[in-house]
Amino acid sequence: MGPTRTLQLARRLITAPTVGPFIALVLTMVFFSLKTDRFFQAQNFSLVLQQVMIVGVLAIGQTLVILTAGIDLSVGTVMALGQVIMTKLAVANGVPVVPALLLGVLTCVGFGVLHGGLVTGVRLPPFIITLGTLNIAFALTHIISNDLTFTGLPKLELFWGRTFSISGTDFTYGVVLMLVLYALAWYGLNQTAWGRHVYATGDNREAARLTGINTNRVLLSVYTLAGLTYGIAAWLLIGRTQVGDPNAGQTTENLDSITAVVLGGTSLFGGRGTVIGTLIGALIVGVFRNGLTLIGVSVIYQYLVTGILVILAVSVDQFLHRRNG
Amino acid sequence: MSETPILQLRGISKSFGSVQALADVDFEVRDGEVMALVGDNGAGKSTLIKCVAGIHSPDSGEILFEGKPVHISSPKDAGRLGIEVVYQDLALCDNLDVVQNMYLGREERDWLWRLKEPLMEQRTAETLRSLSVTTIRSIRQPVASLSGGQRQSVAVAKAVQWNSKVVILDEPTAALGVAQTRQVLELVKRLADQGLAVVLISHNLHDVFEVATRITVLRLGRDVGVYEREKTTQQEVVQAITAGIPTKVAGIPTTAPELAS
Repeated sequence: MGPTRTLQLARRLITAPTVGPFIALVLTMVFFSLKTDRFFQAQNFSLVLQQVMIVGVLAIGQTLVILTAGIDLSVGTVMALGQVIMTKLAVANGVPVVPALLLGVLTCVGFGVLHGGLVTGVRLPPFIITLGTLNIAFALTHIISNDLTFTGLPKLELFWGRTFSISGTDFTYGVVLMLVLYALAWYGLNQTAWGRHVYATGDNREAARLTGINTNRVLLSVYTLAGLTYGIAAWLLIGRTQVGDPNAGQTTENLDSITAVVLGGTSLFGGRGTVIGTLIGALIVGVFRNGLTLIGVSVIYQYLVTGILVILAVSVDQFLHRRNG
Repeated sequence: MSETPILQLRGISKSFGSVQALADVDFEVRDGEVMALVGDNGAGKSTLIKCVAGIHSPDSGEILFEGKPVHISSPKDAGRLGIEVVYQDLALCDNLDVVQNMYLGREERDWLWRLKEPLMEQRTAETLRSLSVTTIRSIRQPVASLSGGQRQSVAVAKAVQWNSKVVILDEPTAALGVAQTRQVLELVKRLADQGLAVVLISHNLHDVFEVATRITVLRLGRDVGVYEREKTTQQEVVQAITAGIPTKVAGIPTTAPELAS
């Protein structure tokens, strides 16, 4: 059984969905390596990973949601709210660090439960629900923080920004956590019945229900876990910026998380895609931003490129969807 | 054939608002037979089946399983009794492969919640072989890549592998070509030969007359009679479908043909 197991694993890792995104990533890296000497260096790769970390973790939650044929527009602002709660409680309200962190994470989980409840209970489209909570979380972030930036944070809140060294190159613990979360998500989606039910629900909710799967429970679990990843991303964000900034996480993170998922080959129609693809997608976004910065392209053009990238990726998805019926 | 019908419905009525979908319907199926359920659009075939499957609950009437009254309030309840329904378009998930579909909702897993893939793969292969479903190249290919007949075969195999006793097939040949239809009808016959009770819902009387042991006709939400395949003709059944008069006594054909002639 051992060899067949390994073979299956190998086949699943290299089957079609992740190959395309992987080639795109390699081509992107080759392009920037030819354009500038500063790109292909260990220290720069470490930087790309740190830059990818936040969007990478948000994109895990986004992948779960999109696999069920939903979408979450609120990821960035929910994370920002979690981050402000964590830092404000610890600095301004004198709450011990652990409860402060927990309350921040729980707030994000609460938003996930709210999304899941509205999707299953009231049967509203995820697009509208999360457009609403995007604004709610944005407002709450600024109301709670009073537009102040919180500094002098406890050590534990900054933990994920700390670095360790592998043969002269520094890596943050946050990057390690991101990779661990990807491994967990991969396990859940590919090795457990829960994951299979997520794929089934995303492809054909009615068929899944008639088979005897409790699709409402599946959807609720997906949105709740997504909320948990936003909460973890909030903690990572503090590690990255070293402050609690009400304006952080609200500009590019929403679209970037969706871009990463779509570039990674996950279908917006639900039921098709992989979390490994999302990691590659997040790296593509990260490499593009990093590379464009290195060759001196202004930030505004990065928005232009990301916008074009996401539309291209969605077009490919649409094309494949039509062909497969 | 056994003495007591494995599944028996008595006086089932069901309304949706002011629409009476089923009125006092009797229905039964025995082990080892193919009971066809025919009727025009809106005759109540689907509603009747959904009452058995636990999707709808009847307003009145009773359901007997192996002679004992049962209450079926969800697809899980039906599954526990050994009643499986193969829905026309909603039987399989396109994005999953054959094995994944066969075990959907009832996956085998270990203490780490990990799926026992080799076990499920092996059993799927055995189930398909026992039903002589041999045309599928790989049971690890997504069902989206299968032909219509293969898909139906997988859907049927999925339904029968849980030691089910009653299998209900909703229009299994509706979207299939000639060769594919043959493939599925052969499978239906094999199920009955293996001792299962099969309920076949179909519009196609050709198909029905090829495999059915008995035929129940529904018209406008009422049952108008049960016909033995060998003692009836297509004309008689067509008459019943279009102009049959309901009878209160199950198992006795109506006088419908006299009406028209």
